[in-house]
Amino acid sequence: MTALLRLDGIRKSFGGTEVLRGIDLEVAEGDVVALIGASGSGKSTLLRVVNLLERVDDGQVFLRGEDITDPKVKPDRVRARIGVVFQHFNLFPHLSVLDNVTLAARHVHGVSRRDAETRAKELLDRIGLADRGSAFPDRLSGGQQQRVAIVRALATDPDLLLLDEITSALDPMLVGEVLSLVRDLADGGTTIVMATHEMAFARDVADRVVFLDGGEIAEQGSPEQLFGSPRDERTRTFLARFSS
Amino acid sequence: MLIAALSTIAFAALAWFTLLSTPGWTRVQQTFFDPAVAVQAWPRVFQGLLLNLTVLVFAAAGVLVLSIVLATVRTLRGPVFFPLRVLAAGYTDVFRGLPLIIVLYLVGFGVPGLGFTAERPPAAVLGTVALILTYSAYVSEVFRAGIEAVHPSQRLAARSLGLSHAQTLRLVVLPQAVRKVTPALMNDFVAMQKDVGLISVLGAVDAVRAAQIQTAASFNFTPYVLAGLLFVLLALPMIRLTDWYSARMRAREQAGAIV
Repeated sequence: MTALLRLDGIRKSFGGTEVLRGIDLEVAEGDVVALIGASGSGKSTLLRVVNLLERVDDGQVFLRGEDITDPKVKPDRVRARIGVVFQHFNLFPHLSVLDNVTLAARHVHGVSRRDAETRAKELLDRIGLADRGSAFPDRLSGGQQQRVAIVRALATDPDLLLLDEITSALDPMLVGEVLSLVRDLADGGTTIVMATHEMAFARDVADRVVFLDGGEIAEQGSPEQLFGSPRDERTRTFLARFSS
Repeated sequence: MLIAALSTIAFAALAWFTLLSTPGWTRVQQTFFDPAVAVQAWPRVFQGLLLNLTVLVFAAAGVLVLSIVLATVRTLRGPVFFPLRVLAAGYTDVFRGLPLIIVLYLVGFGVPGLGFTAERPPAAVLGTVALILTYSAYVSEVFRAGIEAVHPSQRLAARSLGLSHAQTLRLVVLPQAVRKVTPALMNDFVAMQKDVGLISVLGAVDAVRAAQIQTAASFNFTPYVLAGLLFVLLALPMIRLTDWYSARMRAREQAGAIV
């Protein structure tokens, strides 16, 4: 069986600085992969490469076996199959919660407003915000906004969900509700690649943890192995800073 | 409150007596504020004002469309669009620099000379075109500022959902941009409300022109005052609305901030 997502020798530089230096990674259907590493280690850039928000300098990205880094592939079509959640939610402030969630379904996937809203209401119900559909994002708490952003990314049933430090901008009190939603998704079989600073959460939810250092994969393995008995010296140094 | 009222009355009385005590007041009163002349001039001037209103409606609609197109073109990225961007930038440079009255003359007397149409288009139509050309240059800059004020992360989120560049602009960027610049747009609308009076230089019989004709007929300037008063009355609701809306926006923004 081919992997859902496969990265092959990804290289990317910004003005002379090489941010990704030959990344190889495979993600199987239903896998939850956590990317950890210091700021600037290339986690976010890697997610942006997968979503074609950055063009690679070298290497290929395969989604369900299709080379999506091929210039002939239309980026909009690829992005429509991948859900992304950002650190700062990025909900559309001029649209209601319901319209935020249904926007892509209606305008990209050609779903009728009625069907899109039925689906959106189901999802909002799952996160306990069914009664806030007509509210505007600025009326919600940060945790609620981030959960809506997750639902917005899921509304079109993407093949893959990318989470980019989704709890970093949240009040510590609100982190729990967002993480528990991600845990539910992981248990439900959603394929997730997430960049995170929440080590305990990565350990708890991820099937595989990937430690990035200086644009390279320094070490990867199961959470037990990587957190329990890290083999690489750099991993040990990094984790020591978190446990102290 | 009481002090404010007393102070206002005292100030108004002082201004009034100063005016009445000027040596020429009686003559000015006769030639500028003659009620009989005002009543006589009213039907024509009012009729003219209706033409101004018509021009205003068409010009506002035209400005809205042309300025959004210009602003959009100026914010397009990518080397392919370079010629378009330069063209739009050149347009806004030229028409923000040119006095409206010169644009009016050039369009009003130049365009008919080109002979597009068998007959000379009505002066009001040419005047509307000139207003659209000039005001679009200003208003497009307002829209451009609004588009650039929308945080790039909004585009990022929209594109991540698979929306195309055009969809992102139409569904995400422009609605937010318009909200941000609404007070500035309303202010430009107020400015245009009075500038529609300038189409009279092309011979269109609007309120200003009608007042001029009545003035010439009665040897009395009251019709001008009447027309001026009507323009102020026309602008007042919009001016108040602009103030109210700006205050509300400010209040809302400050409610979100801590200090």
